[in-house]
Amino acid sequence: MDAILSPAFVTALLLGAVTAGTPLLLAGLGEQIAEKAGVLNIGIEGMMLMGAYVGFVAAFTTGSFWMGFAGGAAGGVAVAVLMSILCVRLGMNQIVIGIALTLGAEGLTALLHHFQFSRSYPRLPDVPVLEIPGLAAIPVIGPVLFAHHPLVYLAVGLVVLLGWLFRRTNMGLNLEAAGQKPGALDAAGVGVIATRTWAVLTTGALAGIGGAFMATVGAGLFVPFMTGGAGFIGIVLAMLARGRPLWVMLGALLFGISLALTTAFQVAGFNIPTDVVHMLPFAMVIVVLVLFARHSVLPPALGLPYVRSDR
Amino acid sequence: MTEAAVSRPATTTGTAIALSAVTKRFPGVLANDAITLDILPGEIHVLLGENGAGKSTLIAMLAGMQQPDAGTIAVHGRDVRIGSPRESLALGIGTVYQHVLLVPTLTVIENLMLGGAWWRRQDRGAALARFHELSATLGVAIEPDIPVGRLALGEQQQVEIMRALWRGERVLILDEPTSMLTPQGVADLGRVMQRLRDQGVAIVFITHKLREAYAFGNRVSVLRLGLLVGQLGPDELARLTEAEVTDAVIRLMFGASEGHTDDADALLGRGRRHHSSALRADAPPRIALHGVATEAAPGECALHAVDLAVRPGEILGVAGVDGNGQKHLAEVLAGQRRAAAGRVMIDGRDATAEGVAARRARGVRYVTDERLGEGTIAAFSVATNLVAKEIGRPPRWRHGITLWDRVHAHARESVRRHDVRTPSERTPIGRLSGGNIQKVLLARELDEDAGIVVYNKPTYGLDLHNNALARARIADGAARGLATVLISTELDELLALADRVAVMLGGRVVGVVDNGADAELAIGRLMTGAA
Repeated sequence: MDAILSPAFVTALLLGAVTAGTPLLLAGLGEQIAEKAGVLNIGIEGMMLMGAYVGFVAAFTTGSFWMGFAGGAAGGVAVAVLMSILCVRLGMNQIVIGIALTLGAEGLTALLHHFQFSRSYPRLPDVPVLEIPGLAAIPVIGPVLFAHHPLVYLAVGLVVLLGWLFRRTNMGLNLEAAGQKPGALDAAGVGVIATRTWAVLTTGALAGIGGAFMATVGAGLFVPFMTGGAGFIGIVLAMLARGRPLWVMLGALLFGISLALTTAFQVAGFNIPTDVVHMLPFAMVIVVLVLFARHSVLPPALGLPYVRSDR
Repeated sequence: MTEAAVSRPATTTGTAIALSAVTKRFPGVLANDAITLDILPGEIHVLLGENGAGKSTLIAMLAGMQQPDAGTIAVHGRDVRIGSPRESLALGIGTVYQHVLLVPTLTVIENLMLGGAWWRRQDRGAALARFHELSATLGVAIEPDIPVGRLALGEQQQVEIMRALWRGERVLILDEPTSMLTPQGVADLGRVMQRLRDQGVAIVFITHKLREAYAFGNRVSVLRLGLLVGQLGPDELARLTEAEVTDAVIRLMFGASEGHTDDADALLGRGRRHHSSALRADAPPRIALHGVATEAAPGECALHAVDLAVRPGEILGVAGVDGNGQKHLAEVLAGQRRAAAGRVMIDGRDATAEGVAARRARGVRYVTDERLGEGTIAAFSVATNLVAKEIGRPPRWRHGITLWDRVHAHARESVRRHDVRTPSERTPIGRLSGGNIQKVLLARELDEDAGIVVYNKPTYGLDLHNNALARARIADGAARGLATVLISTELDELLALADRVAVMLGGRVVGVVDNGADAELAIGRLMTGAA
């Protein structure tokens, strides 16, 4: 059991948790925005995957990780545009459309990958890491907390920013009203459709960046279906977080740890079948849902298209 | 006096809103038929009409929720197209809707701030200042940092009125604002409206209560089946007595035919109820509460040591400002809520532990105030709703199999007997009007096995005609010997129907008044805690 407590194991585990948790954090925050506004965005898995593909291609061709994230955002938004037109504007069923978009994105990215990269499997160069001077030298804590790609720090900053936006700005009120009582928002002179559209597009951008992070920083390459349910974990995080960004982050860290156990066990030289380890994140989802699902509070208008009534 | 007034004045200058031949069609319905109407600043303009007369459509067009198919709307002399609620607000038109349009999870002050530019920070300081200013104007005391969902309905409506006045509107539309208010609240609202009117605000006031129309209105317009059928101007209102105005309005609302005065009395529930012959003073109570208390979730009002007894044939009225424990009382009687302390006795037997089904078997029936939430299932047919409380039991079920022929036959019979206006017994009940839903509820609850009936606000939101029908059914039930508990915020209704009136305040029964000459005064004192 000494291996579990060795600095190498703990460092690898936590480092992996942050790397694996960052896309979950971005997806969870994005989903939280959409759900607050009353849109159940099942298509987020597709948005992440599209973001991963477009982000990888952008980073690979330009050689810039930042261009990769920009491309990822664009890929996610492209899927989100479809979602917003079909579900928000035309009022079609959010679950059906969400599943369709996810399946569509899976097929499209796998196909594009097949033609472009299936022979070469190109890899990106090593990730540029921003080490906070001094702090990064601390054993264990240093590499875990203070030596990451800058996007990781931005994602954490986003948690604070969203917390502030939700509480202190009119935008926060608008989002809350759009999910809780869209009629009240409409009567107050704010367009429900517009509010929800912006929320879905933001979700797409964040999920796309999350996907791009997975492909560029996390793996350094694109593989079909590589998001592997991360978007759905993001939905779980958003539902359990009851509108609080900080809870999304804690959840993302928890799931990040379980995802990182795979690598950490290899580092520690443990002999556990990889199939069992790969099940961990999803077993964790089930455990978390069993423990906390009854405390989740969802907006009453979640999943319901808004139609201005005749009065 | 009326037909001449419909033709519009030659000039439109000086009007706040001028409607010219405004027409609105919905599939199968002509909701507004060439309505021409002026709303003047400094006037309280009362719109009267039965449900479906077109009042709500008219104000929906002013609020920007609907656009007219034909005709023009001019605001302050300028022709406008009100394409959205935002445009309506920008024109200075504030609207209080009939159904609460507040976000329950947001606080009072957050609800009032809703609608600001999204990229701005919330300006709480300015909002609170405006809030206190309006609180003073309206004379209400509401805590600004409480989530709206925890407020009683009456208080929520006060918040809505605040929101309509929030930006200093020049036109204020109130769609049945008094339906949830106490007599005191109505008087307060009247004072506020008069003060705003004197400041030059044009007020459109929709109500079903003719007494309010007479008390507050400077001008009364009556709609019937989408047509503006008449108007009483300030001169006429000043000249005529309340009874004359009432008769004139009733004649307009229901069309000209003879014998209105009697109809009017019936429709208004005027005149005291004849004490039913079924009521015997020495009869033992059918249902009684002894020291009953309940536990409350946050924002609810629990019961404390409530003692009540109702005899067969008696109507026990329960008065009180909304949110003083009436809901818990109704649920404790119906068996939907456990009594945390005390006993519930039915026919002398302890029934405290019995749930809904057991009490229903003993004849307890409950007509809830949530007609479409708790009372009926909107997507289910009228027929299914009529048998919703006997699902699985004979004679309409056999071995768990639904006998649809019998369910539908039963429904057709009920629909005919209770005059439910529905396209078919298979129509989803959610499509019916409130009055017809209430008829279905009453038909279901007042079956032949009923013995004890609890009504919670049975006439809320009903128009005059359906209101009168519901009241008649309550009185008939008592005459048949039903022990009746009638919870209502309408003092008129209680005085018209009840034998005794219990008054609730803060979850306690603070007094029981025999319905007689001085009852109104005594009840009012108890309701406000003055006695």
